[in-house]
Amino acid sequence: MTAVDTAAPPRTARATRLTHRVFLVRELGIVAALVLLIGATAISNHRFLSAQSVKDLLLGATILAILATGQAIVVITRNVDLSVGSVLGLSAFATGTLFLDHPGIPIPVVLVAGAALGAVCGAVNGALIAAARVPALVVTLGTLYVFRGVDYQWATGKQINAADIPQSFLHMGTNTVLGVPILTLFALVVVLCAGFYLRSYRSGRELYAIGSDPAAARLSGIAVGRRVFFAFVTCGALAGLAGVLYVARFGTLDANAGLGQELNVVAAVVVGGVAIFGGSGSVYGAALGAMLLTTIGSALPVLGVTPFWQRAAVGALILAAIGLDRALSVRVTKSLQRGVHQ
Amino acid sequence: MNILRKLGSWDVVVLVALALVVIVGEATIKGVGTPVFWRFVTLEVIPIAIIALPLTLIVITGEIDLSVASVMGLTCSVMGSLWAHGVTSLPLLIALCLLLGAVLGAFNGLFVTVFGLPSLAVTIGTLALYRGLAYVVLGDKAVSNYPVSWTSNAISPIPGLTIPWFVIIVGVLAVLFAVVLHATPIGRGLYAMGNNAEAARFAGVAVARTKFWLFVATGAMSSLAGVFWTFRFASARADNANGLELAVVAAVLLGGVSIFGGRGGLLGVIGAVVLLSTLRNALQLASVPPNTLTIVTGTLLIASVVGPNVVGMARERLRRRRPA
Repeated sequence: MTAVDTAAPPRTARATRLTHRVFLVRELGIVAALVLLIGATAISNHRFLSAQSVKDLLLGATILAILATGQAIVVITRNVDLSVGSVLGLSAFATGTLFLDHPGIPIPVVLVAGAALGAVCGAVNGALIAAARVPALVVTLGTLYVFRGVDYQWATGKQINAADIPQSFLHMGTNTVLGVPILTLFALVVVLCAGFYLRSYRSGRELYAIGSDPAAARLSGIAVGRRVFFAFVTCGALAGLAGVLYVARFGTLDANAGLGQELNVVAAVVVGGVAIFGGSGSVYGAALGAMLLTTIGSALPVLGVTPFWQRAAVGALILAAIGLDRALSVRVTKSLQRGVHQ
Repeated sequence: MNILRKLGSWDVVVLVALALVVIVGEATIKGVGTPVFWRFVTLEVIPIAIIALPLTLIVITGEIDLSVASVMGLTCSVMGSLWAHGVTSLPLLIALCLLLGAVLGAFNGLFVTVFGLPSLAVTIGTLALYRGLAYVVLGDKAVSNYPVSWTSNAISPIPGLTIPWFVIIVGVLAVLFAVVLHATPIGRGLYAMGNNAEAARFAGVAVARTKFWLFVATGAMSSLAGVFWTFRFASARADNANGLELAVVAAVLLGGVSIFGGRGGLLGVIGAVVLLSTLRNALQLASVPPNTLTIVTGTLLIASVVGPNVVGMARERLRRRRPA
């Protein structure tokens, strides 16, 4: 027993150091890929780095990055939320309707209302998963249909146009601060807050513990049900917020906003290095993954590649990312085992 | 006791629900249950059932394949392109398409079994990759100048009935898959690896090899569904069957297959596929907007997992309360 006790501290420290290094390598890898892609594109066409083009790039990544942040929190707990696209659609239509019915409504109220609606949807998911103990994939596939159906029912072919939305709100989607679009600042705040919480708060660390081994987490006294529930509420709230921002960006919307986004979001999270079976990864990675996926979309046409290659490139990128993760984790395991045998 | 347990099984629940929908539909909605009604239901069932058969086996082993609809799309594109480039022999076209599907499935299987990557992530990747390649092959063009005899033959009815003859092929395939799953050592092995892959491997089940061939089979069957889709709509486009993967997965899960593997059967899945299509067509005849059906599908799916769990938990509580 004493032998184990004395041997444990250096080993844990070594393991922590190693895991941190791998995290860093993984996230720097995406940054490098992003820089490479942007660099190559900018060399072939200087206008790719013009203020307008950078603004479009950032705007394009904003909504996906917010969705990916929420999704990463859920995936880290070894769950998945397929309903985010539908929640976005519901919240976007609710936002439009709010502006139609109450023309003078203050913007902060709309932001809170959208996030609250999303949180309610997330609470439905979370309650079913945590209380009835049913798999997240099935429940959120179900609510994907239910929320979208409610959205269709509510909208019934109606369309909301930019003319119905107050100018000040639409300006949020076009104005910039120091070259950075206001919407992107929202995403930045969301990512930084979520990243800080996951890294530095006890309950944030517990999400990783749950994802690594739910049974062990339960046995060590973590309130697994409650944590997973709140992970889903957070993911829903962020999808709701993304819905409000969707309206600010596009102005015109019908019941199809965010249709089919769910797998793109999961793809961004996976590309960002969050393990699909939980326990590792970060929201920074997920946001970078979202950024990389949207940048590919705008870079390919500039590079002279027909846009038809875009989805194929995204697919290849996902496969490369999970292959890389696998190779890294095999190396870490081997290296740790060597540490044990020494 | 055994009969009672059978009666309480999910397969029976699905079949009873299907019977209820048909009976209530026939009584209250004009047009439900007519020969034409069943023709449209069957046309809708065929492609989904073709994919649901192998997908059921995959989910029972604890894996998943989300790339099925993209395999359909790529098949449609390649078939259209081959036709446009002068491959005019129907058997050759179909053979090439099935081969393509098998190769695409083998690619999935390679990543999952040889590299040991999670199938959920791999097939989200190939979902994008294959759909992307479909666009690369055909762009935004549509190939629709197939001979009318091909397109009408594919959906022509069985003589004397209104149901398309293609359903016989689906029936034969269904029997084949059911026999493999429920009456062979291979099938028992699938359940074993779904419950515990490690234990199955120690018991001598060839886990990796079986899973690999299941992915190949899913690819080939998805291609077959793609060929049918092309002829049914007389059009090959890169976005054919876009998003169908979640509908198929929903049908498989509603059919009582556990997403964690190891549980479920083909009777329930076929029942669920037919149930969903019957419900959709019946509600359409009742001029209920399709969005209601979206809600019904989702609710059914959630109920299908929450219901048994809640009943199980309640039973457990009752059992504990009873003095031992």
